[in-house]
Amino acid sequence: MSKEEKKVNRRDFLFTASYTVGAVGVGAVIWPMIDQMNPDKAQQALATTEVDISSIEPGKSITVLWRGKPIFIKKRTSEEIAEARAVKLDDLPDPQKDEDRVKEGKDEWLVMLGVCTHLGCVPLKDKGDFNGWFCPCHGSHYDVSGRIRKGPAPTNMEIPKFEFVDSNTIKIG
Amino acid sequence: MIKSNIKLLVLSFLLLISLRPLQSAEMVEPIKVDWSFKGLTGTFDRAALQRGFQVYKEVCASCHSMQYLSYRNLGEPGGPEFSEQEVKAIAASFEIEDGPDSQGEMFTRPGKPSDKFKSPYPNVQAATAANGGAYPPDMSVLVKARKGGANYIYSVLVGYEDPPPGVTLDDGVYYNKYMTGNKIKMPNNLMDGLVEYADGTESTVDQMAKDVTTFLAWAAEPELEERHRTGVKVIIYLVLLTILVYLSMKKIWSRIDSEV
Amino acid sequence: MSEHEYTPKSKAGKWFNDRLPLLTLGAHLTDYPTPKNLNYWWTFGGILTFCLITQIVTGIVLAMHYVAHADLAFASVEHIMRDVNYGWLIRYIHSNGASMFFLAVYIHIFRSLFYGSYKSPREVIWIIGLMIYLLMMAAAFMGYVLPWGQMSFWGATVITNLFSAIPLVGDSITTWLWGAYSVDNPTLNRFFSLHYLIPFLILGLVVLHIWALHVPGNNNPVGIDIKKPSKDTVPFHPYITIKDAFALLVFMIIFAGFVFFTPNVLGHSDNYIPANPLVTPAHIVPEWYLLPFYAILRSVPDKLGGVILMFSAIFILFVLPWLDTSKVRSAVFRPIYRQFFWILVIDVLMLGYVGAMPAEGIYLVLARVGTIYYFLHFIVVMPVVGYLEKTDPIPMSISEPVLTGGAEPSLARKANDKV
Repeated sequence: MSKEEKKVNRRDFLFTASYTVGAVGVGAVIWPMIDQMNPDKAQQALATTEVDISSIEPGKSITVLWRGKPIFIKKRTSEEIAEARAVKLDDLPDPQKDEDRVKEGKDEWLVMLGVCTHLGCVPLKDKGDFNGWFCPCHGSHYDVSGRIRKGPAPTNMEIPKFEFVDSNTIKIG
Repeated sequence: MIKSNIKLLVLSFLLLISLRPLQSAEMVEPIKVDWSFKGLTGTFDRAALQRGFQVYKEVCASCHSMQYLSYRNLGEPGGPEFSEQEVKAIAASFEIEDGPDSQGEMFTRPGKPSDKFKSPYPNVQAATAANGGAYPPDMSVLVKARKGGANYIYSVLVGYEDPPPGVTLDDGVYYNKYMTGNKIKMPNNLMDGLVEYADGTESTVDQMAKDVTTFLAWAAEPELEERHRTGVKVIIYLVLLTILVYLSMKKIWSRIDSEV
Repeated sequence: MSEHEYTPKSKAGKWFNDRLPLLTLGAHLTDYPTPKNLNYWWTFGGILTFCLITQIVTGIVLAMHYVAHADLAFASVEHIMRDVNYGWLIRYIHSNGASMFFLAVYIHIFRSLFYGSYKSPREVIWIIGLMIYLLMMAAAFMGYVLPWGQMSFWGATVITNLFSAIPLVGDSITTWLWGAYSVDNPTLNRFFSLHYLIPFLILGLVVLHIWALHVPGNNNPVGIDIKKPSKDTVPFHPYITIKDAFALLVFMIIFAGFVFFTPNVLGHSDNYIPANPLVTPAHIVPEWYLLPFYAILRSVPDKLGGVILMFSAIFILFVLPWLDTSKVRSAVFRPIYRQFFWILVIDVLMLGYVGAMPAEGIYLVLARVGTIYYFLHFIVVMPVVGYLEKTDPIPMSISEPVLTGGAEPSLARKANDKV
């Protein structure tokens, strides 16, 4: 390698190093600017809600707010449970057993995110072809287990993380 | 030539600055404490923060609010770092007003970590009325809101003494060496042995004043440890890049300088 | 704009460039012939661009979380500091960034004063620069109101009351500015709106400032006209860009020092007390960068007089190119003016210092002396010294710093005739 080439190499190394280190810095600065738009610490801390369910009659449901979204809590009658369990999995666009959507031993309680999985509208209760919910925005029909049966929605309505604190209280989140 | 002018400039400016003490003679400089959170890499003393919270809770909180803090903050990194269980227990020990419920009524329930610190009074007017016309300031950012910061808060806490002869005080007004104007409406609330520290530290007035001041310094700047850590990294990075760019600059300009 | 026609190499580039000559502009900016003797005082243009962009980016981020309401503003700032991801970092960059912006702009202005960059043919650059400076002060003042602390509230009260000094219509104007009968929620709302607007006006003026600069080209420490491109110039990239980058990094180290280790030292502790319309803080002082003007305001015992004098202190700078009668640009070759320049620097620093002190005793005397000199400097010293001063010999070109040379610096020749 000639002396001239060596000089060029050292110069190239210096420039490459400067650019690389500079680019790392720019990246490190961009991250806080992006992350600031994520839910802040106060939002994250509000992630659980406790709900008193003692006053819900069989066959009726209530809607509560959790993380800015509606949660449907329905106390199902035994007929409704039977109807949900009689459905063949093959008939479902998003096959899921009703048993997998409720807590064992608390089969009457359906707790789900009341948000249509199509584009986020809130479905209407006791409407639609399957005795469950019907989304007025684009016509998705859900059954009494909140599973999609007909319409453009791709999946069943989501079941949030929840637990029974005692027989009258559930904690969502 | 420019250098000598700059020297002149600096000298005359220093002269100006030296005039300063003339004016602030009446105010006593706060005691300088060697806080652990001072300096470029300063961090909070966790034990002091936890003790300080205890002093706040048992002594200060009956009059002073800290409305911008939440119980969850007590468990966050860089703070007192109580465990999750401890934070839940602390929060649950307060009755928080919530509501309205489905009947439209307000109700109280045990606190949750996401709740803000419970204020002793519903509003500023109530706080002022209950304290002889002097509002006990919210302590969330008190350390940042006072000239002298932590040193000043600590000094006021230990600065109570009998008024010098010739100074008369109204009822409910106390003499404090470090308070601006020397008159303070907060009585001297700290006495030796007032709180029983969970960690067995002897609760002298000085110890409690230092602990609660540390706690307030954290409350005002909960980001301090992260800020110091990030700052050291950023400066090291910038110095490194500056050196690289400086060398690159020398290289690039050597093409020109050799021609001249 | 460019001296030589630029043709993009690629076909697509040519297609686009024929329709919108952005690539020509880019080539112009890259090749722009710059005097090769620019010292580090010339790097502050780039630093100021960085400051403006930083303020705009962090400001847009803060506006996503800030609430412009008298009841919520203070709490929303605390929310940013405590809960928003990296909120403390972004807010401290923004608040300290304002100070760094002014630090850089003052160095930039004094550089121009020392090297005569405001003189013909660069008067328009200077005037646009002053307009930017005025808008910066307006933006900084309104930004300081937004956290709605005690200093925000009382600073807003004092500054808006300046307008009440106007005879007859003063009170109506002040009430109109407030949108209420004191500084209140409507005031905060409109200040937020304007605070968001002004940086984009500044950005527009910066484009004009640079455009106007690229017509005659840069001044330089020697202050002589140069032929471009020539032996005296270097292409902007990489020579000036790398030098600007180096200076910017040094500047950023200082900036980071403030942000991470003393983020509140340039602010006032009273601004962490929520605004209270019933209690005025003991010492009302503006932010450090406005202190010299505050000292001038207070040096006059008359309300209207003080306000007029304070605004005159800024507006006199607009006619500076015509007050300066010297044929030589750079103070390097002006032994008498140079001394006065440094006296002005000391004078402004002193005004800034007494502006922070109570307006009484020695400080009031100093403020008055300082104010008198400030105006004398521009009204008397600059025209008179320009006429009487015997300037030092001026080189004919940058690369040949002797009195012979092939370049044709018309200005230098004239000055040399005088010698």
